[in-house]
Amino acid sequence: MKTRAEITLTINGQRMTRSVETREHLVDFLRQDLGLTSAHASCEHGVCGACTLRVNGQIVRGCLVIAASLDGATVDTIEGLSDSGEIRDLQDAFIARNAAQCGFCTPGMLMSAADFCASHTKADRVEIREHLSGNYCRCTGYQAIVDAIEDVITARAVKGART
Amino acid sequence: MKWPSFAYAKAETIEQMWHCLDEAGPDAKVIAGGQSLLASLAFRLSAPSALIDISGIEALKGIKEEAGGLQIGALTTHAQLGASPLVRSHAPLLSSAIPMIAHPAIRNRGTVGGNLAYADPASELPACLVALDAVIVAVSRNGERRIPAVKFFVDLFETALTEDEIIAAVEVPTTRPDQLCAIEEVARRSGDYAMAGLACSLDMPGERLTKARLVFFGVGPTPAFARKASQALVTSGIAAAQEALADDLDPSGDQHASPEMKRHLARVLLARVVTKLTPAKSFAA
Repeated sequence: MKTRAEITLTINGQRMTRSVETREHLVDFLRQDLGLTSAHASCEHGVCGACTLRVNGQIVRGCLVIAASLDGATVDTIEGLSDSGEIRDLQDAFIARNAAQCGFCTPGMLMSAADFCASHTKADRVEIREHLSGNYCRCTGYQAIVDAIEDVITARAVKGART
Repeated sequence: MKWPSFAYAKAETIEQMWHCLDEAGPDAKVIAGGQSLLASLAFRLSAPSALIDISGIEALKGIKEEAGGLQIGALTTHAQLGASPLVRSHAPLLSSAIPMIAHPAIRNRGTVGGNLAYADPASELPACLVALDAVIVAVSRNGERRIPAVKFFVDLFETALTEDEIIAAVEVPTTRPDQLCAIEEVARRSGDYAMAGLACSLDMPGERLTKARLVFFGVGPTPAFARKASQALVTSGIAAAQEALADDLDPSGDQHASPEMKRHLARVLLARVVTKLTPAKSFAA
């Protein structure tokens, strides 16, 4: 049985084959092997949410995913979502509301927020907070983050109603 | 901390899994969603020589209706459990427990089987399954074994599973119309492990309470079926049940709450859940 594995996966739309150490989690694989540093390795035991990523369309804790297990998977990071423009309105709202202070939690927050906005057409602050409960902001800037998400959901609903 | 080194292999069938386990030796562990196991590796609470990934085994997936209830495959994720209309109609207690279990990103990967096998005493699902009198289906090379949930959780992080068994599924009886269920917990942060929690099932044919199953979590080494309090609730009401908890529960303190605080929370939760489920008049004083 091996401690290295070869995986072929799609990261931010780009298909690639890489050899990984089996003890490597997804965050270290992205940061150290690929230079994609948006997911932050922080608590590394699933508590803080700074490494929130999208695997096969679902948000996950990158620090609780074995990179070697991702053969055939699709991974999206904030670099990819920034390039595609998928969450531009959310990023603009974070800036407008000053929802990033030190910025450490921001990529994970955006991932969780994008996940919430994609499945909700009405803004409810309690639900937003519940969905973000797994993401710590060390600056405690939650109010502005919830404001930004609320703005985006409202704006998307207005836009949806017009089209 | 970074995980210690381990070998890794993915099994596509149960047969393959046995084969991998034989090859890997006695220090290998089976991994599904990994949301508890990988965290325990980071804490160095566990250092398996190899991880056999069973998350792709089709035979362990899916939620099926069967006579008298549901069969929930071990690889069902918490998110799938929470989104399932079958679960909502047959076992609404499980549906209402899901939002309390960790956070969305963890619920997308964590599995029912993994949750039960890890047997964290503060976990919600074990208590719910004891309250619902569910059965855990274990599989080994020799076949299947059915273990009542109430006998499955043996001690802190310890289950009735033998070395050569894994959880294949859970059988949950359909909640009857006259059976009222609810779960409540008190945690420092939504989604964190509870300082104390209560999953409960009450039989209320007509206006009278005839049977209660009060199962506390986070207040002992295993889910705690409070038998005396359950009995006292039926015969004498909420206040008597709260008194009886002193005999049922013997919590140790942890970093979040002292034993006294856990006892207090258990009493509060009992009153809160029972009042929510039933009009006060239902109880003999």
